[in-house]
Amino acid sequence: MTKTPLSSILLVLLASLIGSFGAVFLKMGAAHLNRGFRHILNGQLGFGVVLFLGSSVPFVMGVRHGELSVLYPMVSLGYVWTLFWSKLFFDEPITKAKLGALAMILAGIICIGVGGR
Amino acid sequence: MASSVTAIPQQAARRPNKSVYMVLGCTVFAAAAQVLMKFGANHAMPHMNPAEPSTWMPFAMALLGNYQLLLGYGVQSGNALLLILALRDGELSMLYPIIALTYVWVNLLSMYFFNEHMNIWKALGIALVIGGVALLGRASSRA
Repeated sequence: MTKTPLSSILLVLLASLIGSFGAVFLKMGAAHLNRGFRHILNGQLGFGVVLFLGSSVPFVMGVRHGELSVLYPMVSLGYVWTLFWSKLFFDEPITKAKLGALAMILAGIICIGVGGR
Repeated sequence: MASSVTAIPQQAARRPNKSVYMVLGCTVFAAAAQVLMKFGANHAMPHMNPAEPSTWMPFAMALLGNYQLLLGYGVQSGNALLLILALRDGELSMLYPIIALTYVWVNLLSMYFFNEHMNIWKALGIALVIGGVALLGRASSRA
């Protein structure tokens, strides 16, 4: 942990935050497709793709220093943000199954990170 | 006979919804793209200086000749399209964490293609991620 600077951790957290907003806009934009496939070119989908691709910029800046086994699992915190945005923007319920599954997935990715050292 | 007729719709209702399978497909695409890009990144590329137009052409040609990298980006685009189609229906909070399964495929493919080794932590991690995704799949069938 000591080898990973705080700046790297913050950059990777920022990347996960941007990526989770990307997912929200993809979901919003995807709803337009129900009016026909030609609606694939809409602002919300475009913004979602930009955020998705854009999240790789702070990620790459962050992983240049520090340990991947610490930083890589932090990206998966994006799943946690997405859980909150889904509740906030789409009124999706936060259920025990979702929380349990998320806890298992996060624990699993941390284990994979430790195993990759 | 009557009981078997009523059993069929119940069975269908218990299956995870279609979006879950589409996101599962996304994770396979994403893992394949990552492996292809890793192969593509190992290609030797000519030096490119943006200020020197004479170096643009050889770089562009080498880029076009790097079929693994191009294929990687192609697969990644297909992955994005499939994800968008999957997100049309279903809950984002249910579908998005399934993407974590990409970690599992990348680890398994890396053992095969890049001679990386399995260890107890990786195995435990893979089991936990698969368990979590299975839990989401089961929950989606009841949603």
